[in-house]
Amino acid sequence: MNYSQILLMRPELSLIALIVFYLLYDLIAGEKGRKYFHLVVSLGLVAHIAYNLCPTGAVSISEGMYLSSPIIGIVKTILTFGTLIVVMQSDLWLKREDTVIRRGEFYVITLFTLLGMFYMVSSGHFLLFFIGLEMASVPMSCLVAFNKYNHESVEAAAKYVLSALFSSGLMMFGISFIYGLNGSLYFNDLLQTITASPAQIMALVFFTAGLGFKLSLVPFHLWTADVYEGAPTNVTGYLSVVSKGAVAFVTLTILLKVFVPLLGEWQQMMWWMIVASITIANLFAIRQKNIKRFFAFSSISQAGYIMLAAICATPVAMTSLVYYVIVYMVANLAVFGIISVVEQRSNGKVGISDYDGFYQTNPKLAFVMTIALFSLAGIPPFAGFFSKIFVFWAAFKAGFWVLVFIALLNTILSLYYYLLIVKAMYITPNDNPITHFKSDGYTRVSLVLCLIGVLVLGIVSSVFGILNAYSFGL
Amino acid sequence: MEQYSITLLVLLLPLAAFLFLGLFGNRFKPLTAGLIATIEMAATTVIAYFTAFKYFTSDRLADGTFATCIPFDHVWLPFGKTLTFNMGILLDPISVMMLIVITTVSLMVHVYSLGYMKGEKGFQRYFAFLSLFTMSMLGLVVATNIFQMYLFWELVGVSSYLLIGFYYTKPSAIAASKKAFIVTRFADLGFLIGILIYGYYVGSYSFEYSVHIKAIAAAGTVIPLALGLMIIGGAGKSAMFPFHLWLPDAMEGPTPVSALIHAATMVVAGVYLIARLFPLFIGYAPDVLHIAGYVGAFTALFAAVIACVQTDIKRVLAFSTISQIGFMIVALGVSTSTDPHHGGLGYMASMFHLFTHAMFKALLFLGAGAVIHAVHSNEMKDMGGLRKYMRVTHFTFLIACLAIAGIPPFSGFFSKDEILVATFMFSPVMGYLMTFIAGLTAFYMFRLYYNIFWAKPCELKAGHDGHVHTPHEAPAVMTVPLVILAALTCVVGYIVPFGKFISSDGSAYHIHIDLKVAVTSIVVAVIGIGIARVMYRGASRKIADGLERNFGLLYRAAVKRFYIDEIYQFITHKIIFALISKPVAWFDRHVVDAFFDGLAWIAHVAAAKIKGLQSGNVQSYAVVFLWGIIAIMAALLFITFGVFWLL
Repeated sequence: MNYSQILLMRPELSLIALIVFYLLYDLIAGEKGRKYFHLVVSLGLVAHIAYNLCPTGAVSISEGMYLSSPIIGIVKTILTFGTLIVVMQSDLWLKREDTVIRRGEFYVITLFTLLGMFYMVSSGHFLLFFIGLEMASVPMSCLVAFNKYNHESVEAAAKYVLSALFSSGLMMFGISFIYGLNGSLYFNDLLQTITASPAQIMALVFFTAGLGFKLSLVPFHLWTADVYEGAPTNVTGYLSVVSKGAVAFVTLTILLKVFVPLLGEWQQMMWWMIVASITIANLFAIRQKNIKRFFAFSSISQAGYIMLAAICATPVAMTSLVYYVIVYMVANLAVFGIISVVEQRSNGKVGISDYDGFYQTNPKLAFVMTIALFSLAGIPPFAGFFSKIFVFWAAFKAGFWVLVFIALLNTILSLYYYLLIVKAMYITPNDNPITHFKSDGYTRVSLVLCLIGVLVLGIVSSVFGILNAYSFGL
Repeated sequence: MEQYSITLLVLLLPLAAFLFLGLFGNRFKPLTAGLIATIEMAATTVIAYFTAFKYFTSDRLADGTFATCIPFDHVWLPFGKTLTFNMGILLDPISVMMLIVITTVSLMVHVYSLGYMKGEKGFQRYFAFLSLFTMSMLGLVVATNIFQMYLFWELVGVSSYLLIGFYYTKPSAIAASKKAFIVTRFADLGFLIGILIYGYYVGSYSFEYSVHIKAIAAAGTVIPLALGLMIIGGAGKSAMFPFHLWLPDAMEGPTPVSALIHAATMVVAGVYLIARLFPLFIGYAPDVLHIAGYVGAFTALFAAVIACVQTDIKRVLAFSTISQIGFMIVALGVSTSTDPHHGGLGYMASMFHLFTHAMFKALLFLGAGAVIHAVHSNEMKDMGGLRKYMRVTHFTFLIACLAIAGIPPFSGFFSKDEILVATFMFSPVMGYLMTFIAGLTAFYMFRLYYNIFWAKPCELKAGHDGHVHTPHEAPAVMTVPLVILAALTCVVGYIVPFGKFISSDGSAYHIHIDLKVAVTSIVVAVIGIGIARVMYRGASRKIADGLERNFGLLYRAAVKRFYIDEIYQFITHKIIFALISKPVAWFDRHVVDAFFDGLAWIAHVAAAKIKGLQSGNVQSYAVVFLWGIIAIMAALLFITFGVFWLL
């Protein structure tokens, strides 16, 4: 193998450089240097985004084990951007007494999970894919447990670890089937040998179940609410957006690259999982009292909408999926940024009823939250409307009429429960609302970025056009 | 085309005002912000009038129609090979007419709001949202394609939600705006699916049907389905039965907003939609159009009956609006061809009525606003004898009432007459029904009028400071819009030769009054007014009270709006929540959990070593996970191969 090929992994190498730098920084920089740690990390991520902004051409390393293409480069940039936002929003939390000494760990672990996702989306071989997936999920459990003196955080981490191990095991089982039946794990080889035989279908189901776990699709979603509730809020944001976005993308690429002969089975399976995810999550979201749990169910149903694009397996669907992920990312991170800053400033208030009268005391945050909720509910002119239109259109064009209809019905249900929060913030009287506070600079910048995304991504149609131009190359 | 470049400003100016006031509004004094928005609106109105003047004075084409101008049509998003989403401006007779209607009423509402909303909190924001609403509504009417229309359609819904919900601090107002939002969204579901189907089969959303005539013809059989679904969206926005229930509740919002949104602009979007798609309806789905007409007739009757017994003056106007929109839909629904001389009269009549109704209904709402401003109540019982105190309001309100009742020479007479003529041509039974509803309209409007301005003088209540306030006339900034709208109501009926500009095939059509229909409708209207006068003019209400007693059941049903709200309440709360949501939750808690607890117990025993772990549930999660896989696999294999043992 020609080792100079490794240099072609530009995003990964620059990310590894960043990780090493932060590890050293944590060690070497004294008390004084650590004060600027957050700034250094944020700027480093910005530099990483800038360095990798220009999409590179197609890359194939060691016989197609590592693949890259413009759309993959774009997805990596999107993931980095999401990570940047999450990191920025976590400043306040990381200044707390129990976390401040471990903040270096937080940055490094987060970037390790990101690195795992990079390898996952770039994989052209099931082993690299699996390694990437595990690299993203094992450190993730450390993040979930980051509030280590908090009982709930630790419990959530335990649940996450156990569930993740279980799902990885089953996924590995599926992969081993694929190897046994086809004699290769390269995506390129598999495309020629996979046929719709019962054993291959079995492999597909086990494999998809593992992905379904990461995406928290029904019936593999049960861990979601507990883990989202117990994890530190910023980590929840990271889990719900960045991790989910990466897996959603991978799901569709692997489908297009490997499982094309099983498309019919895949669609039948996905059909039911999407309907169940959207509907069940929506019904449960209405009953929630805790805002993090509420958004756990909201994210399950959003994953259902993302899969609406993945079910059709066309280039346009790929564009719609990536676009949906970006739009979902900015809106959901705005929400979690606000939840996080409220939690930090109010001594851990995370009940939906705590938000009663929020508008009276913090009108600007309430306003940003409202716009983000509108976007999540798919109301124009916010970006969420367009992203929903695109996935609906892609699914509709692929002939999934009934599915689109059910999904549309569910958007109304979701509008109802998103408006419940709006109602709490603006209308419900409260004698003891969350007091007025000033949010920190990092959170503000991140919220402004998200807000711009929500307002601009939809209206500027060229975003979709650019994505579309690249996704044909795949 | 280039001469219409300036028309783009019609959209850009309100948008700029919205952004400016939204971002910097709080830096200004409230009144300054209001004036900025009003001046911007005046400029927009001038541009709209200028456009209209130019358009209607331009040369007609050889076949006697006005050319359809598309000064802008920007490919906003190429989606797929042939299908594109465009954004642009389309000028044809009806969109130009709508430009005039919207800008006129919006300008009046802006001016009026300067007085009505004075001293309210969030004054600047209110004007910002007013600009946003105007922009969205204008964008809707000048849309070059169905998708752009849908986009602005939703935007109109959002901005009206913001206008009521975000400005007003009254909980009932916000609840009502939420209801309006969700009900219309529900109807829009139909619209969106209709659009998807249409786009899928026709491959273009453009309103220039002649270009895509082949594709449309090829899609033949699904066009009625697509159009029918789109009409559902129209019915939602236009508050047709059974989606009407949001409109009366929306009256909780500030009155000028009601005048703009709930009388003149947003609620007629559905009518406009049908008019826009009119050639398609006539060509491919006349039955769908007729069904819409029947629904419109039923709604008109239903709402008119309810309007007769409401005591909140704004609700009377709300039901009256529903009923009048029913008239417009009926007029479109009874059309059978695009030839105005043979069955296509309804198109013109509908647009004409839309035009006149916008003026006099806005006038009625603004007048009602002045009354509410004076007596601080919406209830009829708190009013009476106000004609002495509010001369301008009284006089302009009377003109509007006469117009809506269909008394010549006021504008409503002319447009309603055309509707009745068109309806009689289609079916005499429906013609008589609509004439009867016109009589009812006269009755309930004059019931309103006499109750406000005549009847017993209202009891003067002591104010906060102890001394008695007499109701006084509104300030000039509020009465001037009333006078302007009243003047328009007096003249637009016969000064504007409406048919010359707008007709179903675009060629000039000379409106002539059908004497038989006209006389009948006037007689019926006069009877209606007479009954109202006898019943409500005097201080005592013997007859009215007697009727209420004798027709107790019907009266109560009508007061309760025929229990439609209760039925919805029942369906949503009792059926959806109780029968679906709760059982699902129960099932989840008891059956699923219990089942998997049982399984988990087995796993527990097997894995006794990790029992020390505090999580009690994670095992059952794994079990669900596993069963999920097995179920999916079984189903897939069964579907694909029919049998299991092939494994």
